[in-house]
Amino acid sequence: MCLGVPGQIVEIQPDWGAVADVDGNQVQISVALLPDVKVGDYVLIHAGFAMELIDREIARETRQLLEELKELRQDG
Amino acid sequence: MDSVVQQLLELIKAETIRCSLMEVCGTHTMAIARSGIRGVLPPNIRLLSGPGCPVCVTSQGDLDAVIDLAEQEDITLVTFGDMLRVPGSHGSLQEARSRGADVRVVYSPLETLEIARQRPERQVVFLGIGFETTAPAVAVTVQRAHQLGLKNLSVYSVHKIIPPALEAIFSDPEVQVDGLICPGHVSIVLGLEPFEKLAARYHKPMVVTGFEAEDILEGIGMLVRQLKTGTARAELQYRRVVRAQGNPAARQVLDQVFTPVDAAWRGLGIIPASGLDLRPQYADYNARRRFQIKPQQRYEIPGCSCGAILSGKLNPDQCPLFGKACTPTQPVGPCMVSQEGACAAFYRYQPLRSAEV
Repeated sequence: MCLGVPGQIVEIQPDWGAVADVDGNQVQISVALLPDVKVGDYVLIHAGFAMELIDREIARETRQLLEELKELRQDG
Repeated sequence: MDSVVQQLLELIKAETIRCSLMEVCGTHTMAIARSGIRGVLPPNIRLLSGPGCPVCVTSQGDLDAVIDLAEQEDITLVTFGDMLRVPGSHGSLQEARSRGADVRVVYSPLETLEIARQRPERQVVFLGIGFETTAPAVAVTVQRAHQLGLKNLSVYSVHKIIPPALEAIFSDPEVQVDGLICPGHVSIVLGLEPFEKLAARYHKPMVVTGFEAEDILEGIGMLVRQLKTGTARAELQYRRVVRAQGNPAARQVLDQVFTPVDAAWRGLGIIPASGLDLRPQYADYNARRRFQIKPQQRYEIPGCSCGAILSGKLNPDQCPLFGKACTPTQPVGPCMVSQEGACAAFYRYQPLRSAEV
């Protein structure tokens, strides 16, 4: 139910309206819950509302986790 | 698969720590079942599905009240598609629709405004369902209806919030949960704070986790790391979407429109301050008040184990009805109806797994 889809903001309209590009489709959404959003931003969309910015630059920290788990295994 | 993730998987497969990790999000239920992760984990690491599907935890009394409303001649009932097939005591909303009830499905609750505007002679009731992710969208809709002066729109709220349900689960001596895979999209709104408090109070590690197989593996690895080092904190794995502070604008509108009330959860009973009802200043938009609906106590479905499954006491395949009397095409209980229900997800992906063995 809390399913979210990523989209890119292509237009900001009056009254917190916006158009987002979702997989090549232009979708009418609301940005009432993410008021500072700008054209070009990637957002997570749920039930027609932009809920949060998606940070595409953030990297996973899997490698560090891997190293720590290996160490814990040796300790244990 | 990325070689680092492959190595992580190998490490987790060889892990000897004994633990039960619970997720409380229907999208996690689906993602875990679809990825087959459960099948590759060692038997000492158990993955449980908690009360993470809003459709599944809606009480029989609320369902029946809503279906009764939908069958009234001058009422248009609007809701999300997930609700249509859920069986009440006397059939589902879909069946009510086939008998002539005006039941509409929307993607965004804002669409309800237009439905109400086009039909001023009808009462339009939105069935508000969902956790903290969805409730702010409905709160915005109520505020907009108020601004527009729409007199024929109201909301029947069965919205619920996650932290009180977690407290109920962690306090239940019959449920063994060692760590929590926190709901990714509920956490967009809540941030880490409520989970930090729960982690400290119940001394259980928690990780806000994303929905890709790699995310879930990493979340499991982070929980194992905490369990092995004896820590109990709330950590963020799903950092590309969730911020530690959550979404303050969403929490603000939620708080302006809704107030916590005691609510009945299927399988868990009444949990204090776990439901959301409209605040007194929006009472005109409260469908329970407008149509004078009294709370109803209904018996649960005979033979159905959804209650025990939703609280992590049973796996779906331990229910005597599972796969026999209860299947996705002929569902008995809500966990088999909703695609995100633990039983439906298990049923859909389990045969593949046993075929591989």
